[in-house]
Amino acid sequence: MKFFRSHVLVSVDPECVAQGAHQIVDALNDELVAQGLIDEIQVLETSRLGDPNRFGPDLVVYPENVHYANLTVDDVPFLVEEHFLKGRIIEKFRAKETVVTDDELGAPKSKEVRIVLRNCGKIDPHNIEEYIAEDGYQALANALTASTPEKVIDEMMRSGLRGRGGAGFPAARKWQLCRQVPDNPKYLTCNADEGDPGAFMNRRVLESDPHSVVEGMIIAAYAIGASMGYIYCRAEYPIAVANLNIAIEQAREFGFLGNNIFGSDFSFDLEVRMGAGAFVCGEETALIASIEGKRGEPRPRPPFPAVKGVWGKPTNNNNVETYAVVPQILLNGAEWYASMGTEKSKGTKTFAIAGDVVNTGLIEVPFGLSLREVIFDVGGGIKDGKQFKAIQTGGPMGGCLVAEHLDLPLDYEALTAAGSMMGSGGLIIMDDETCMVDIARFFMEFTQEESCGKCTPCRVGTRRILDILEKICEGKGTLADIDRLELLCEEVMKNSLCGLGQGAPNPVVSTLKHFREEYIAHVVEKRCPAKVCKALISYKIEPACTGCMVCARNCPVEAIAGERRQLHVIDDKTCIRCGICVQVCNFNAVSVLS
Amino acid sequence: MPNVKSLEDLKKIRDEAIKKRDIKTPGARVQIVVGMGTPGIAAGARDTLKEFLNLIETKGLTDIVVRQTGNFGLDSMEPVVKVKVGDEAEVTYGKVTPFVADQIMDEHILGGKVVTANLIPAEVK
Repeated sequence: MKFFRSHVLVSVDPECVAQGAHQIVDALNDELVAQGLIDEIQVLETSRLGDPNRFGPDLVVYPENVHYANLTVDDVPFLVEEHFLKGRIIEKFRAKETVVTDDELGAPKSKEVRIVLRNCGKIDPHNIEEYIAEDGYQALANALTASTPEKVIDEMMRSGLRGRGGAGFPAARKWQLCRQVPDNPKYLTCNADEGDPGAFMNRRVLESDPHSVVEGMIIAAYAIGASMGYIYCRAEYPIAVANLNIAIEQAREFGFLGNNIFGSDFSFDLEVRMGAGAFVCGEETALIASIEGKRGEPRPRPPFPAVKGVWGKPTNNNNVETYAVVPQILLNGAEWYASMGTEKSKGTKTFAIAGDVVNTGLIEVPFGLSLREVIFDVGGGIKDGKQFKAIQTGGPMGGCLVAEHLDLPLDYEALTAAGSMMGSGGLIIMDDETCMVDIARFFMEFTQEESCGKCTPCRVGTRRILDILEKICEGKGTLADIDRLELLCEEVMKNSLCGLGQGAPNPVVSTLKHFREEYIAHVVEKRCPAKVCKALISYKIEPACTGCMVCARNCPVEAIAGERRQLHVIDDKTCIRCGICVQVCNFNAVSVLS
Repeated sequence: MPNVKSLEDLKKIRDEAIKKRDIKTPGARVQIVVGMGTPGIAAGARDTLKEFLNLIETKGLTDIVVRQTGNFGLDSMEPVVKVKVGDEAEVTYGKVTPFVADQIMDEHILGGKVVTANLIPAEVK
């Protein structure tokens, strides 16, 4: 065992890589060689360290636990000479933030419970031994040497784990169904095609703790009797793909993948398949088609993948988070897992919270927390002291929930009953300056673009819904348009082939339900109450104007006229409603009218 | 490469991995601090430091942190090494050659007896 007196952890998450983290690593290694320190100091790559808002790559030096940030390649020789050779901590490079944890997500916020994310930022994802030190592959060893597939399924059944991809089907039930199909070989797929805008829970797990997914898949394969597995990961996650491939290679070397794992007669291997970024490939039948090299389009079910999946053989498909939690359930027992959450939704769930909330980012909380607790306790409340208006759960195919739902417990049934869904765990929080018609249009634009075009209701229906929404946002809508919108949504949901089309109208339906008056304001009064839709607003300069000319100078279309120290005027015809005058005015003299 | 065939194999790798991990975390039981200012380096502190690392590696020791620091201000005594074991008072050694480093490791860190010959008395500090 090689002893290093010091370890340097460099964060290589996508943001840091974009800012040159790899060049820093190379420069560090070169400089350590030049100074003859390479045998004493080890440079390790790890996921994110500390503050997500800081600039430039950062690193932490152990054992001193010194956090440096904003480094450039040119700083490296000085750093190595001063700190690593002479042992002087360089204050000017030190990170400004006061709390430095060895956790990329920061210390758990109140009410957070981290099971899936427990290793993120704590271990080196490139080093299988670090995962083993955190009890990695222990659950697999126990299952293979002292248990049976039936017992594993039974344990999972009692844990109450439900698929984290969105639909919430009990994971063990799915495994059992696939196991019972009298056809061989069987396959395993992992859905790592996280496509919801603003959601990156799976990316973090794949990048920071890939072995947990690999181990979970091996255990699932053992329980089901599968001999080959595919991790379908989107190509937009290059670091996740790289880390997965390293993890798989290491697992093979250690004998966790391959033939006769742990001396048993169970053999299993894994491969990563990259998706080309089609949102619909998150749908399991489309995902399977894509793995087979075919066009990524869904097909009608049944037959379900459990009967006919990859290469026409029985296939079990689960989400990244579902697999990642399996080893923890087996290690700590079904009762431990089932003790968290609500009656029907057990355990914890990761969420990506985004939008107008103070603490945006990743969280992991037990099911059953109220939306209020998630937004105000974990999320830190609404930004800039504004008011909460709505929360979109379940990604672009989910629905929005409003203030009256704030005390709703976060679980599969409650969200569905309220007209939204759990989905993969994207939460978008909106403040009172959000136009709900515009939000519906935004989500529709996304799903319309991602419709694969195979079935007519989705291909044509989403286009027509978007047309109507655009018309309303432009102030050309009529009351009849709202009725047509409702009818169209119903038909698209009823007749589409897969979850994409069935879910796509959800944002429209839910905003119509809760914010119908906003739609009516748009079509009848030609007014956008939130002052967002450009065609329905205008800008006016109030008497508070001092005539400083800043707005006139910044206006990109020269729509503002006025002499120095005189009240300025905006020419409404020339104005393009870009809002720059509002931003630059130092006297709050520009108001938005609707 | 290890081919893990049993629970025992995995346990062994795990124990080894935990040892490696613990080296990285601060707060180890034994702290060795080597003065690496210009006089220290000139007097051979790098060899001393390397010897400590070497000893830890060959003896398979854990729970020890080796750190370097700047100049202690005791130029004539360089290389200067401070050793702190557990809750005991910190001990400062002077003229720590690799040979003395061996002694410190065996007698003080492992044996619990301070190496008096190289001790820098409190009044000098």
